[in-house]
Amino acid sequence: MLQLHRHPHIHTRHHHQITGNEPLIALVGQPNMGKSTLFNLLTGLNQHVGNWPGKTVEHREGHFNFMGGTVRLVDLPGTYSLTANSPEEVITREFILHEKPDVVVAVVSAANLERSLYLVAELTALNAPLVVALNMMDVAAQEGIQVDAHILEAALGVPVVPMVAAKAAGVHRLLKVVEDVLIGKVIPCPKSPEVRPDHQQVLDHIRSLIAQHVPDPYPQNWVSLKLLEGDIEVTRMMRQALPDADWNAVHDILRQHDDAYMAVASGRYQWINRLLSAAMSRPRKGQIGLTERLDRWAVHPFWGLVILALILGVVYELTFAIGAPIQAWLDAHLITPLGSLAAIALSTAPLWVRGMIVEGLIGGVGSVLTFLPILVIFFAAFAFLEDVGYMARAAYVMDSFMHIMGLHGKSFLPLFLGFGCNVPAVLGTRVIDSRPARLVTILIAPFVPCTARMAVIAFIAPAFFGEKAVWVSWGLVLLSLSVLVLSGTLLNKIFFKGERSAFIMEMPLYHVPNTRTIGLSVWQRSISFVRKAGTAILAMALLVWVLSYLPNGDLNTSYLAQFGKFLEPVGRWMGFDWRLMVSLITSFPAKENIIATLGVLFGSSAESGLADVLAANYSTASALALLVVTVLFIPCISTVVVQKQETHSWGWTLLGVALMLGLSLAAGAATYHIVLSMGL
Amino acid sequence: MTPTEKRTTLAGIFAGESATILEFKGGQAVNNRLASMGFTPGARVTIVQNFQRGPLIVTVRGTRVALGRGEAAKIIVERV
Repeated sequence: MLQLHRHPHIHTRHHHQITGNEPLIALVGQPNMGKSTLFNLLTGLNQHVGNWPGKTVEHREGHFNFMGGTVRLVDLPGTYSLTANSPEEVITREFILHEKPDVVVAVVSAANLERSLYLVAELTALNAPLVVALNMMDVAAQEGIQVDAHILEAALGVPVVPMVAAKAAGVHRLLKVVEDVLIGKVIPCPKSPEVRPDHQQVLDHIRSLIAQHVPDPYPQNWVSLKLLEGDIEVTRMMRQALPDADWNAVHDILRQHDDAYMAVASGRYQWINRLLSAAMSRPRKGQIGLTERLDRWAVHPFWGLVILALILGVVYELTFAIGAPIQAWLDAHLITPLGSLAAIALSTAPLWVRGMIVEGLIGGVGSVLTFLPILVIFFAAFAFLEDVGYMARAAYVMDSFMHIMGLHGKSFLPLFLGFGCNVPAVLGTRVIDSRPARLVTILIAPFVPCTARMAVIAFIAPAFFGEKAVWVSWGLVLLSLSVLVLSGTLLNKIFFKGERSAFIMEMPLYHVPNTRTIGLSVWQRSISFVRKAGTAILAMALLVWVLSYLPNGDLNTSYLAQFGKFLEPVGRWMGFDWRLMVSLITSFPAKENIIATLGVLFGSSAESGLADVLAANYSTASALALLVVTVLFIPCISTVVVQKQETHSWGWTLLGVALMLGLSLAAGAATYHIVLSMGL
Repeated sequence: MTPTEKRTTLAGIFAGESATILEFKGGQAVNNRLASMGFTPGARVTIVQNFQRGPLIVTVRGTRVALGRGEAAKIIVERV
């Protein structure tokens, strides 16, 4: 992931960083409130995606033209509350407190006001210039819910702008209000909820004890509330800031009231309900909404799984039916001619320059890039399912199954993404709240057969198995998924003692997908793939090419071939000769290199010819072993890089690699000997 | 029905029924997350789906939430 050229210093304590005179606007909101839709609408492609410094939390910011200049818009992570339960929550509140945005726009859903105002209730205590974007007015109307923005505005003490971000409705009014706040025409005066009456006295007591010791820029009242809520970070901060005697007094109070967090939370909801009793009217029960009707099937323990299997099948079919021909076409009509063209253009250049550009650059990186259409289709399907609200249902129906590995339903989402490419799968594990569950998911994600591996299977299997190739392919998918479950179970048992984190997940209402949201999601995932192809894959492709060229320009006697011959004894367990070992090694930069390398080794560029050559050279047992090793072999370099980045640990990353290496070789050897003993 | 029968865990409530939350038996980290999703003492919860195994789906404060059976078993409720 790229680091941003200008990232907010969330840990700087005492100064407010201003970048020129550009106003800073922050977007906050709970998940599923349409916050990202609004962000995308305002910034379009003028946005950067990166990480918060030192955190594996996505940081998105962008700029847009406004009031005759530009403004900087930061999309803070979606969080349900502002208590230090997760990095997202800490980042959001620290950003608001330290960076002091000129306007904080809180996105809430009119269809889900009671819950979404909870975050607003928390924000009022931060003394930020708050504006509420009352989004999803259309969904609310559809559910028969009516909200009076004026009453809400009066009750909250901050501007409330009704809108439908998905249809770009109300955005101008929102910007007008933001402008009014920026120029000081409107000054938001948020009214804060009280704590539940039975704890008011305790809160006052704490406040008086800490009064002189709260570090800048934390508001006293907010710190008292967070202490009462048992917030880990704030508690740690105040223990340092307070003299011992005062700390002990505070600590005693907190110990006597260790259930006070519920009083604080209840106080917020009581406040919200008072606001809403005046500002909102909802229909009497009995009306069955779209979500309820669809969920009767989509989350049913049996039909839900059937539907999920069907959806997976359709996505897979769609991806390959549309994507594979495009990929083949690009390869035949773009990469190959480009290679020939470059070879002619470079005919006077030294041989090694020509080889490096034609075979290393165009042949290596170019062929990886031809996978882009396949990935785009897969990412689009995934983003569509995510945006309509289906993915939460998929996670739900898979929950029981995921329990086998000590995981829960949320881990299913990144694994599903892995069928497209393992890189976004590893990045996608960020939705998982607990570290053990996240680690296990990151380590087993590469067992999901990605499109590149499926392409290798699609090339080799028909050469050896003819019409039965389809069954072999499905068998290989099933095999890798079984190994995935087995590894997950073992990792969880050995390293995490069967720990399991809580499964609490919102099931958003189904809604009409937003093409802009889907488009941007596909764009960002594709861009990061292209960027990897341009860096890590390029470097490895060139390295492999250099090793295959030195010392005297002939692949058969190159260092790579020598290395392959050195490893041949290992290969023999699986029925591999040195050529298969070399092609396996070259699959590390990119899985589909196996085919390209074999092509070079057998001196055959026409791919149909290569299939026949392979069938003539290797036994069925060796071929099947090769396929088994391919689906289970160590992750590609891009995946290893993001595994390291996301686990922050070489130990876990290398453990994962070692696990896959061992399992793939063992499974390959077993396959070879079993097939041999069957006399094939 | 006697008061003891009315008092049970969320996992023991059938689909279509409602219950009022009394207290939480889990750890504070989980309870904090539950509170931010709308689960607080006194809140009314309606069970949408409960097949006696696997996770539940409930409605709380107008939101549908999927809840692991283990989590639901630590929420003490009173049948309504």
